[in-house]
Amino acid sequence: MIKAYLDHASATPLRKEVIRAMEPFYGQYFANPMTIYDLGTGVKEKVEEARAQVADLLGAAPERIVFTSSGAEANNMAVKGVALANRKKGNRVIVSAVEHHSVLNSARFLERLDYEVTFLPVDSNGQLDPERLAKTLDEDTVLVSVMHANNEIGTIQHIAAMAALCKDKGVFFHADCVASVGQIPIGVEELGVDLLSISAQPIQGPKGMGALYVRKNVRTMPLIHGGIQERGMRAGTENVPGIIGFGVAAELAAKEIDENRKKLESLRNDLIHGIRERVPKATLTGHPEQRLPGHVSYCFQAIEGEALIFLLSQNGIYANTGSACASKALKLSPVLGALGVAPDVAQGSLVFTLNRTNNRQEIEHVLDTLPGVVERLRMMSPLWKDEIETAE
Amino acid sequence: MYTQKVMDHFASPRNVGEMPDADGIGEVGNPACGDMMTVYIKVEDNRIVDLKYKTFGCVAAIAVSSIVSEMSKGLTLEEAKKMSKKAAAEELGGLPKEKMHCSNLGADALLKAIEDYEAKRDGRKSKDAGPEKEVKTAEDAPEAGSDRHLCAGCGKENPEGASFCMHCGHSLKS
Repeated sequence: MIKAYLDHASATPLRKEVIRAMEPFYGQYFANPMTIYDLGTGVKEKVEEARAQVADLLGAAPERIVFTSSGAEANNMAVKGVALANRKKGNRVIVSAVEHHSVLNSARFLERLDYEVTFLPVDSNGQLDPERLAKTLDEDTVLVSVMHANNEIGTIQHIAAMAALCKDKGVFFHADCVASVGQIPIGVEELGVDLLSISAQPIQGPKGMGALYVRKNVRTMPLIHGGIQERGMRAGTENVPGIIGFGVAAELAAKEIDENRKKLESLRNDLIHGIRERVPKATLTGHPEQRLPGHVSYCFQAIEGEALIFLLSQNGIYANTGSACASKALKLSPVLGALGVAPDVAQGSLVFTLNRTNNRQEIEHVLDTLPGVVERLRMMSPLWKDEIETAE
Repeated sequence: MYTQKVMDHFASPRNVGEMPDADGIGEVGNPACGDMMTVYIKVEDNRIVDLKYKTFGCVAAIAVSSIVSEMSKGLTLEEAKKMSKKAAAEELGGLPKEKMHCSNLGADALLKAIEDYEAKRDGRKSKDAGPEKEVKTAEDAPEAGSDRHLCAGCGKENPEGASFCMHCGHSLKS
């Protein structure tokens, strides 16, 4: 049976080059990079090379990169760190309503510390209007955090326009680029951001690795206090194999970004159009054009996402859903809610996230399988009858 | 996360379908919370002789519907009414904690179908058997006219954007 792994937002397999580069740093080059003898200084040099590789992917200076344990930690550090370090400057933080939980819950944490937090709504495509942000910014605002692209609906935001608005007002701007890294170019100067988060997994680097870019003269505060690793911005002995792997993954991602993007866009368009043609009552979620090259998200009426995911996996197809039934907390995806998708329609959510390892044969397999699987669940759904009646 | 038996019933659900000449119909759940079940029963000599259902929901909801259809066939109405809320989950070899409500749903749907049958048999009006039953108008509902999303069927409040009532499953689309 053909297997089609299309859940790269959840996890990716490490690239062979990455594994090969990491391997010696588990045994042979085990020394602590903070030590002053040659065993340690040699490792330190390799860590700094990796930092330069990650910085290159973002068009940043290496010393502006702080390695973290994840994209989530980088987001936490940006939101909490900047708010806490600049409290004298202002007390207000603005985030979009469709941010990742690591940003949303960091913002909610700040609310408990009596910060004023504004969650800005998005339009039905998931985009935040820069005009709306302009109207919301005030003297008291210290930080705005908006994701570059959304992991659930693939929508790309107008980051450069929003970052420019903030720059004019002297407000720090953070972009969560975890979903977009490796898919579309991310340049800290082109985007004009003050802080930017990425992680290694989306580019087939190791799990447990993230990075935060912090522009010079942006005051922030560490979350983990202790030693002077990462220029005092993050204590704890470096995850050396992780850092080395991240560096290699970043270098390869930067080199292949154009080729990668073209390939993904072509596969994505085939999948989007194929589903539209073959599955009735299917709604594309997110922006129809301004979306990630490898992102396809739909809602299918009258069926539920968890059941859909299981039936697809029995056919070798691996995808994701924002359905409440698939989450342990039984909560519907807040992102779909923010777009105004009705709760019963959002239950039928399906998300495909492609990467460079996917091919046309896999997309064909999905298009051959999905219509039948959706049909099968609809045939046993008490809602489907109603759907047909309303359609006529 | 699911037992072999759950996956088996999910992959090949037994007795799926509708029953145009059903003696009793029970509908529970609501699409906004992700699960909805419609159970049709055929009763002869006080026994359930056939059961069909349609289910909108997750793996657990579908497997529960299927196992309930097997468990209840041949039972007297009294026996079927006594089926505990946990019975379906137990018969399936267990369900994840957060999915136990799906087991309740199966027992509830069966109970409603029996109540519907009994109400028809006794010539009473069924209280809450399904959307095709007589419903109150929106004017009867408390707080009608306010901007809250009120169900025309049972008058209870629902979250904005819900297409079906969280409480009785009645369509909220006007």
